[in-house]
Amino acid sequence: MTVTERRPGRETVASGPAPGRTRTGLLLAAGAGLAAAALLGVLVGPVRLEPGAVVLELAGRLPGVDTSSGLTAPEAAILWQLRLPRVVLGGLVGALLALAGAAYQGVFRNPLADPYLLGAAAGAGLGATLAIAYGPDTAGWPVEPLPVAAFAGAVAGVGAAYALGRSGGVRTTTSLILSGVAVAAFLTALQTYVQQRQDETLREVYGWILGRLTTAGWREVVLVVPYAVVSTAAILLHRRLLDVLAVGDDEATSLGVRAARVRLVVVVAATLATAAAVAVSGLIGFVGIIVPHTVRLVAGSSHRLLAPLSLVAGATFLILADLAARTVMAPAELPIGVVTAFIGAPFFALVLRAPRNAP
Amino acid sequence: MTAIELRRVSVALDRRPVLSELTLTIPSRARLALIGPNGAGKTTLLRAIAGLVPASGEIRVGGAPAASLSRRELARRIAVVPQFPSVPAGVSVTGYVLMGRTPYIPYFGTETRRDHDIVAAVLDQLDLAAFAGRRLDSLSGGERQRAVLARALAQQAPVLLLDEPTTGLDVGHQQQVLELVDTLGQELGLTVVSAMHDLTLAGQFADQLVLLDRGRVAAAGPAATVLTEPVISRHYHASVRVLDGPGGGIVVVPVRPSAEREVVT
Repeated sequence: MTVTERRPGRETVASGPAPGRTRTGLLLAAGAGLAAAALLGVLVGPVRLEPGAVVLELAGRLPGVDTSSGLTAPEAAILWQLRLPRVVLGGLVGALLALAGAAYQGVFRNPLADPYLLGAAAGAGLGATLAIAYGPDTAGWPVEPLPVAAFAGAVAGVGAAYALGRSGGVRTTTSLILSGVAVAAFLTALQTYVQQRQDETLREVYGWILGRLTTAGWREVVLVVPYAVVSTAAILLHRRLLDVLAVGDDEATSLGVRAARVRLVVVVAATLATAAAVAVSGLIGFVGIIVPHTVRLVAGSSHRLLAPLSLVAGATFLILADLAARTVMAPAELPIGVVTAFIGAPFFALVLRAPRNAP
Repeated sequence: MTAIELRRVSVALDRRPVLSELTLTIPSRARLALIGPNGAGKTTLLRAIAGLVPASGEIRVGGAPAASLSRRELARRIAVVPQFPSVPAGVSVTGYVLMGRTPYIPYFGTETRRDHDIVAAVLDQLDLAAFAGRRLDSLSGGERQRAVLARALAQQAPVLLLDEPTTGLDVGHQQQVLELVDTLGQELGLTVVSAMHDLTLAGQFADQLVLLDRGRVAAAGPAATVLTEPVISRHYHASVRVLDGPGGGIVVVPVRPSAEREVVT
């Protein structure tokens, strides 16, 4: 064997139009976009904050930096207690849903897979509805039962789908998806029944299902962060193996990959991410499908770039969607799930029609 | 040296026996062709050797019981070229061939410089260097088959299993692929086991033929003893003439009984 110095296409190891430099460029551009969206998110609202003052105020919190910003005390409170936690939560939820979507699509080799595929949405919906309809009066409780119930419901839904998803003793992607459909239908039926029995709570349940990003300080952020860290790390570490799974279980197995185990680990991680997002924000649809697919059209289908870019783009998208949700009809707020679909669907249609820049 | 040893291996799919107590020894560096009618168990036998279907009996790979080897160890010893490889959308040829390095890359690791070098060398060997950055799904059938072969060679396994590697290729590309496998197999000292459909090609490119019928070895040996008119007509239910080819090979020609009668009368 002769090893040549010339290695054409070496940088395009992944796929699509992403040579090394382009790859770094895309990540930097996505990061800059996220920073811009976050800044816009904290500036815009009923009280307009000065960009320069906000940047100085934020920089002042960095260790070793001592600046005095021009923000008044109430303005600083708006920034730190209202705007920033909401922007951070929106970013976290968007990032988790987009990453979970990319992971589900990779693991199931199915472009229509989204984070709610295996019954996470239906389970969370049932949990939340039960908490709203039958939950005890919780004023004075240290933890609100709604996010906990939604989280538990989502995990239980996916767990049931996974446990049922065997066909002829083997868990194939198809049998898993089908059992997810069955579990989702069953849980949705239960949820609808409970909701009809307790119709005075209908509005609250409906509001939750459409998704909302209301925060009370940093509490929700603190709830989500541990799950975000663990599941993001797990999915990003499996990026290369997700690429190998693209050739199917059989070939992946002959390449030395235990396909079923990789799938289980990734599904667990993506489910934790989804459940954590759903627990604090309700059912925000569309992010998990539209963001990874848009990224795929720009950066190719390799998970090495797809996963981190989806993370950043998902955060950006949801911060902007939330900005629209709270400003378009101010002082009233639109449900954010309505905004993501309203902006997302036409945007996605445009992206699909655009000429591919893949070779 | 024995590369693969099967002792009383049985496989059932959907409770239907596909291989029945099959015993077979494949010496190291053999060029073996598996032949037999559709449904005889050729693909299943290859899959059993690669550990892709549960099998009873004993399978040894390079002397070690296959059951004692981990997935990764097995993938370092056996590379498979499937009959219908999946072509993931958007993957480049280099990215695809790099997948062959999977059994050497730590679970959470990425490819090292050495992996890239090996892939570059394999691409050169298979005349694919010019296609390295191209998308796999934009390649023609023959080029794609070479890419699949490249991925298998990147595994650097001593045993290469090919399931009808010429499916869907024209006669020229069939010869090209088989020549390539033959040359590389000898150069790298591989044990090559191919399921083959074309009996003439099987006779030309293998030293040993194993004829499977209903999950059992019906005949085994060099082409001259296996490719005979009675054996083929019995197991394939086919009307053929076996002729001496130019240069000493064997040519199996299908004949149409009615047409033959017309010629006679």
